[in-house]
Order: sequence, then C-alpha cells, then structure tokens
Amino acid sequence: MTLDLQTEEKQPLSRDEVLQPLRTLENSKVRTEDLDAWYGNNQVLKKLNIEAREHSVTAIIGPSGCGKSTFIRCLNRMHELVPRAKISGRVILDGSDIYAKGVDPVTIRRRVGMVFQKPNPFPTMSVYDNVAAGLRLNGERNHSVLDRAVQQSLELAFLWDEVKGDLDKSGASLSGGQQQRLCIARALAVEPEVILMDEPCSALDPTATAKIEELIASIKGNYTVVIVTHNMQQAARVSDFTAFLYLGQLIEYGETTSLFENPVEELTERYLTGKFG
Amino acid sequence: MRRFKDRLALWLGALSAMLAMIPLISILYEAVKNGASTLNVDFLTASPGVIGQPGGGIGPAIQGTLVLVGLTVIIGVPLGVLSGIYLSEFGDNPIGRVIRFLNDVLAEFPSVVIGVVIFTLVVLTLRSFSVIAGAFALSIIMLPIVTRSTEESLKLVPNSIRDASMALGIRKWRTTLSVVLATAKSGVVTGILLAIARVAGETAPLVFTILGSQYFFSSLNTTMDALPLRIYRLALLPYPYAQAQGWGAALVLILMVLVINIGVRLATRGRLYSTRSRA
Repeated sequence: MTLDLQTEEKQPLSRDEVLQPLRTLENSKVRTEDLDAWYGNNQVLKKLNIEAREHSVTAIIGPSGCGKSTFIRCLNRMHELVPRAKISGRVILDGSDIYAKGVDPVTIRRRVGMVFQKPNPFPTMSVYDNVAAGLRLNGERNHSVLDRAVQQSLELAFLWDEVKGDLDKSGASLSGGQQQRLCIARALAVEPEVILMDEPCSALDPTATAKIEELIASIKGNYTVVIVTHNMQQAARVSDFTAFLYLGQLIEYGETTSLFENPVEELTERYLTGKFG
Repeated sequence: MRRFKDRLALWLGALSAMLAMIPLISILYEAVKNGASTLNVDFLTASPGVIGQPGGGIGPAIQGTLVLVGLTVIIGVPLGVLSGIYLSEFGDNPIGRVIRFLNDVLAEFPSVVIGVVIFTLVVLTLRSFSVIAGAFALSIIMLPIVTRSTEESLKLVPNSIRDASMALGIRKWRTTLSVVLATAKSGVVTGILLAIARVAGETAPLVFTILGSQYFFSSLNTTMDALPLRIYRLALLPYPYAQAQGWGAALVLILMVLVINIGVRLATRGRLYSTRSRA
C-alpha cells in the first residue's frame, strides 16, 4: 500500500526515537503510529509518529503543503470525508485506535473537537443556537442544560461578556474574531477532550489573535490542544510541544523551548530562521 | 470614457429590467381592467350559471384549484426535496448523474404530454376522470422543478458549514437536514413557490385528468373544476359577460398565487428552532 516516495529523502524519525524522551511521563492523550495519508495517489503524510500530551498544547508547524492540516484532520477522522482520501497506520486516543474496526467516527468527533481556519458559524443560526447546535442536534432538549452549556462555553471562549445581550442575534453578524471565538465555544459546548485548531488565527487581526492565544492558554488545563500554525512566533508563545513537518514527514519533535532554541535538525533551524518556507 | 461605459452598462441593465416588467404589468392591467368589475362575493362562491345567461360564479373552480394544488404539494414537495438532497449531498456518482439527466429531461416535457400519459395510465385504468389523476399529473410537472432548485440551493452551502457540523459529531443525515437544508432554506422555499405558481396555472394536463365540472368538489375519484380550466371554457364562450368572468377568474388565479407566495414566505421566515425558553 505504501508508495515509496522517500528513497532520496531523509528517513523520518522512528517511533521509538520520538517517544523515548516522553516514555517516562505516560500521559499521552493522542498519538499516531506510522500514520500515512493520501489524497488519491498523492501521499501527503509519511509514517508520522507524533504525540499530543494531556493538558498541554502541541503545535504543528511547517511550510505550506507539508501536511499539517491533513495531519490534524486524521486525528478526528475528518480526513476520510474528502472523496478518495485514504489513511493507514494507527491513531491512539486514550490507549485505543480510533481507526480500529467497529469504531464509529461520530463518537470520535464528539471527543475530538475542531476549529477551522476560517470562522464558519452556521449562518442561519443565532449566537445561542450556534453554541447549542452540537448538543441539540445530538438530541439534547432540556432548556436549562442547554442554557448552562451555552453560557459556560461562551465564558470559556472569552465571548460571554461581549454577546450576553445579543444571544438571539445572527452568529454571522459578529466580527471575524468574535466569530472564531464563537466557533471555539461551539466546539467546547459538546465537552470534547481534545481540541484541534487548524490555523485558527490566520484570518484574524493581531488583537483578535492575541485573544485567541490567551484563550488557548486558559483552557489547556482541562483539554488537550493541538494547533496547526503558520506563525512560528505563535507556536513559540502558545505551545508546550512542537512538531515540525516538512513534505509530509516529521523532521523534529520536542519541547517547544528546546526545539526553538536548540533545534537538532539543520532543516528545522533553517525553517525557524526563515531560510525557506 | 470609462465612466461613460459604466453608465451605459447601468442604464442598459435598468432598461432591460423595465422592459421585462412590461408584460407583467400589461397582463395585470388587462386582468384588472376587464375582470375587476365581475368580482363580488357571489362570483367567488357560486357555481357556474346556465350558459348564455349572465350570472353564476367560479366557486367550484377556486375550491378545485386549492384542492389540486394542495394534493400536488403533498405528493410533489417531499419527493422533490428528498431527490434534491440526494443529488446534492450523495449524487456525485454514476447513479446520481443518470437521475440528474432524467430529471432535466422530465423538466422539459410538454405538460400536455404528461397529461396524456396520466390519462392512459390512471384515467383509463380507473375508467374515470379523477382529481387524483390531476394531482399526479401536476406532481410530475412539479417534481423536476423542486428537485433541481433544491439541489442548486444545497450546492450553494459552503463545505465549511458541513465540515463544522460533522466535526461536532453530528451525524450526516442530521447535518444534512438541520444544518445544510436549514442554511439553504430560502432557496428551497423559492423553488417550491415557483413550482406551485407553475402548476397552479397548468391547463392542458387538467383537460385529460380532472376534465372540469359545474359542481363543487365531492370526491377524489371523480371530475372537478379548476381555475385554468374555467378560464379556458369561459374565454371560448361568445358572450361578453362570460369573457368578463374569464378575466375575473384570471385575476383571482393571479391573486391566489400571490397570496400563497407571500403566505409561505412569512410562515417560513422564522428559525427552524424556537431559540430558547425566555425566562
């Protein structure tokens, strides 16, 4: 099944090499084992072994087209929604493979929430309905449960104070930064364990970006966050661990401070210093 | 020069829009001018009178059109909307392409042919003209319009909206009905209304199915009157009173379509869910 596209390229790190320094900690929340992914015949991820630890922020960095977004879409089984997308390898969430036979992708997506690059609130729904959508469309009808979940999630997303008087307003009427925080609240409302963020700030101005970074720092105590970012400063600011991907391969993975200050790989150093990418 | 071109384009656009309004306004004007004098309670509620003598009304025709359009909507809208959903959300495969093609062919069938087909299949089989045959014929006319417009409206919903819903762990069918369809609602409703307006004015298929009648609706398996049929019959009579009644009936038909249109728009303007209990 595997296409041999990597003969000339550097071999990716093996799983043991990556996991060795972390083995002792034993608090991995999600990890991938030899994850390959394709769109049609085009292999975009090659033997990825990456780990996201519980109650921490893991950043995925790398130049455009390196497979960052595809990688996180594999973590909640969104990748397979694209026609002709394929995957092999394992993704272990709390010790069990989410791609094992008989696993319902819908239950995985409830445990692993996602925030997208462009804010995408449901345009015909109000602020309230947007946040309540996940619960409501999964059958929750109790008004007090919904009211509480909506308020809590909006508070976690630092949006409550701005919208508490306008819960009936259309979600699309908010500013871009508010819309993105609305989408984060919507993802938090279903109480996932892991939050995946796919370049959540790339469409936002610096002030809105700062708010989202602050938000990430405040929720990470209760969630596991995996964030894809184009912006290396952002990765350095928000994350505890960083993985650097290049052409679908993992080049380097480690604690953010050490990876940024003393990159082991030359490629990482060249990327971090802006020599390419 | 560039500003001149800009102006020219604007004026050409405005001019075309106004030209397009001329037939609409002239039809309305003629219908009001020739028909408004006949409108009164008796005309709207009474059965047709004796041919050749002034008097009588179009009550059965109005009732018949309402019954017929109602039945057609009950049969045609669910089928059309579901087909449209299938084609848009699941139809990217050979089966979907075949259905889409056949649907487009069906949309271009002359309605008189559909009338004849239903005449052969239903009327001859049941050995009687019937309301239900008429509703079948009109449903077949309505179906491709609703299917096509539903499909097109759903395709306008960006994929990011589907992704957002799927990523919340909402199942595909739920996502389709409560998120995608809800987002595309106004387009779907517009398509349904256009289809209603279209079938409400169909005449040819009714000649082969419900035939026409002097009496009010009695049962689904016998003949019935409808406004287009009544307009047609009145217009053929050589009496001035009958032609005025024909114009009056036409005016009523136009107004009915208008009222249905406005009514449905008002009724579907609200949200799919009542927002929440307001304490």
